[in-house]
Amino acid sequence: MRSTDSLIVRYIARRSVPFIQLYALYVLGHGEDGPGGGFQGGVIFASSFVLLGLANGWGYGRRAAPARLLDPLLPLGCLIYLGIGLAALLAGGAFLEYGALAGSDDPEVRRHWHHYGLIGIEVGVMVTVSAAMATLFFEMARPARVQARVDRVGEEADRA
Amino acid sequence: MPDAGGPLLPPAGPAAAVPGPAAFADVLGWLATHYNYAIYILLMMIGLYAVLAKGNLVKKVIGLNLLQTAVFLFYLSIGKIDGATAPVVWTDRPPGAEGVPYENPVPHVLMLTAIVVGVSVTAVALALVVRIREAYGTVDEGEILASDEAQEEAESARAEAQEAAADAAGARE
Amino acid sequence: MDAQLPALVIVVPLLAALLVPLAGRRAAWGLVALALLLAFAGCVRLLVRAHALPEGEAIRYALGGWAAPVGIEYVVDRLNALVLTMLSGVAFLVALWMRRSTAREIRPPAVTGYYSVFLLMAAGLMGITITGDVFNLYVFLEIASITAYVLIAMGRRRQALYAGYSYLILGSLGATFILLGIGHLYMATGTLAMADIAAVFAREPQLYDSSVIRTAFAFFTVGLALKMALFPLHGWQPGAYAEAPSATSVFLAATATKVSAYALYRVAFTVFGVRFLETGLPVVRDALLVMACSAIVVGPLLAIRQHDLKRLLAYSSVGQIGYVVLGLALHNADGLTGSFLHFWNHAAAKGALFCVAGALAYRAGTTQVAALKGLGRRAPLTAMLLTVAACSMVGVPLTAGFLTKWYLARGALEAGQWAVIPVLLASSLFTAVYAWRLLQLAWFADEDGPVAEDVPWSMRAPSLVLGAACLVLGVAPLALPVAQAAAEALL
Repeated sequence: MRSTDSLIVRYIARRSVPFIQLYALYVLGHGEDGPGGGFQGGVIFASSFVLLGLANGWGYGRRAAPARLLDPLLPLGCLIYLGIGLAALLAGGAFLEYGALAGSDDPEVRRHWHHYGLIGIEVGVMVTVSAAMATLFFEMARPARVQARVDRVGEEADRA
Repeated sequence: MPDAGGPLLPPAGPAAAVPGPAAFADVLGWLATHYNYAIYILLMMIGLYAVLAKGNLVKKVIGLNLLQTAVFLFYLSIGKIDGATAPVVWTDRPPGAEGVPYENPVPHVLMLTAIVVGVSVTAVALALVVRIREAYGTVDEGEILASDEAQEEAESARAEAQEAAADAAGARE
Repeated sequence: MDAQLPALVIVVPLLAALLVPLAGRRAAWGLVALALLLAFAGCVRLLVRAHALPEGEAIRYALGGWAAPVGIEYVVDRLNALVLTMLSGVAFLVALWMRRSTAREIRPPAVTGYYSVFLLMAAGLMGITITGDVFNLYVFLEIASITAYVLIAMGRRRQALYAGYSYLILGSLGATFILLGIGHLYMATGTLAMADIAAVFAREPQLYDSSVIRTAFAFFTVGLALKMALFPLHGWQPGAYAEAPSATSVFLAATATKVSAYALYRVAFTVFGVRFLETGLPVVRDALLVMACSAIVVGPLLAIRQHDLKRLLAYSSVGQIGYVVLGLALHNADGLTGSFLHFWNHAAAKGALFCVAGALAYRAGTTQVAALKGLGRRAPLTAMLLTVAACSMVGVPLTAGFLTKWYLARGALEAGQWAVIPVLLASSLFTAVYAWRLLQLAWFADEDGPVAEDVPWSMRAPSLVLGAACLVLGVAPLALPVAQAAAEALL
């Protein structure tokens, strides 16, 4: 994928990235009591990198979201999710029963902790979803010459 | 349970054996009020046709996506109530207050999950198609099968030739 | 911790699946084996606890503390405790077995990914089994399916890619049908929890006459029949089993289709109720009977003319799933006992046979039947394993397979389905034909060659455990009371 010839498109795409990401965080923050949440926020967050890749070329986008950053983030988001679930379990509740994290029986305190747990889960979902969507885009759209280089490295690793 | 707003199938009139104008009007009336179910069936049939009949692997994936979209439409139709609002918690006005009905949120949530599942399946399918294209040089099912068959034949011919050679060697001994 | 077991047996493999890519290549395999050992121990404990409960009760676990109709509930009763134990046990043995095999068949950079996906698939299959919510069942089904597509497509030859793709298309079609079935069920009952749906049916028996409910059941049956490769919907299976890496073949063949069969049992008996099978839509029951019987005859017939050992075993699996479904069509205590016994018996026998195929691929680099020549001299233990497992497939008395056929035959007589008896006999005959071909090559075909050439002990030991299970389950009254209790609990 080559970058576009238009300087304006390239420039605007670069400058929109922080705004798209801020909007993604806004959508994430509203997930627990309204439309929004980790899935939607994650997809919007990833779309900023997709835009960079489309407007400024595959390599430019991939440098902003490199594989060595995204690959560990993929399981990490799920681990946040499972970790909160297991923490609730260790705190004496059921798996994913966030209220138990409070460690008290006061319904008001439990309600607060329920919200904290929910937000933590949404953050975990967002990390995995945005990393997954960006990885999907960059892996599917990988130009042939990059593919050839990756294959060569893989074959060398095979031989070693 | 959400009210879909009437019977789901066109009522079978007494003249069902010989469809008269009245039965025809019944079907038309059903179509006018339940057209989303008709669209769901139509979409599903198009998707099924593409999945089963198309030889191009990418088109099959598109057919699969159509099929899934049809299912989304079906689920959302179950949860739809005429004139209802979104099931969002208003701080000043709880849902259902003043007799305002709200739509069933459960099918929406289910479909959110199904969309994620659909995206995952599509991603894996497309990744496989990319790899198939690299390995076979084509995304046409017929050509792939023909290429496999040719390879198998060549292999079995080679194996037979080796066996025959071994037998001949054994006979000489 | 005991109370949390239903969640932990799913969460531990999931957690390990996420840690494996972070752990690095050296620690990965140990993590897989450890997670599956813990899951197996948990499942055995659940099996014991489920049997200690009075009949009709089950271990229930509300996820997130949300009780059943609103939240998702995990339910362990006598039937799925049996399936869970089988699943986690086979997964653990395959994990032990696969280290050397994957090292040879999978490209080194992809091995940790393979382990991770393998664990995800094990967790998905166990999730299908344990859940008490129909939509959650669909989600776990898709987790298990997507991972299976990937595990198959990682085979060495390019045909594996196309096999994985074919399975993906047909599997997604089946899953979409299941999703439609769930939608129709929800449309008529307004709930997704299995126990709650059953309660609605008990309250409003007139729902059995509703066309929406009948459509739902038809969708479930067709979708799950596609996923379990029930004849004539088995098109994806031979390619998938034959082209997949050996470890995938062992695990898939021993567990995956049986879990879909379990899902059909769960939907038919727990959700719709046994009365629906008898009065609501008997045509589906009869269709299942015909499909199961055709599978039982046609599967081994097709297997006879195969030249590739893995493809031969795959066609044999087409036949064997018929035994698992037959009990559903007969729906009496003996028939169900026979089918439930087969969950364990077939997992042991087919797992052992695919281990032999994997050993062949490891040593000879091919899975052609002809490569079995002289196995008895080169690798006597592996050849013994082949013999025992093949005998169990045929149904020789004192092996596990015999018990299955015995109870299915009794169930068929009780149900007045005399035609099933010749079907079972013919199937044993056809199975004996291909089994004899394998054994004759392994023991009596003369060939000079190196003497000791068996696979390493890390592969031999787990497969021998599976082989021993074929004998132990046939002789010791171990599985029988478990299966009988599960059958009685369902009826």
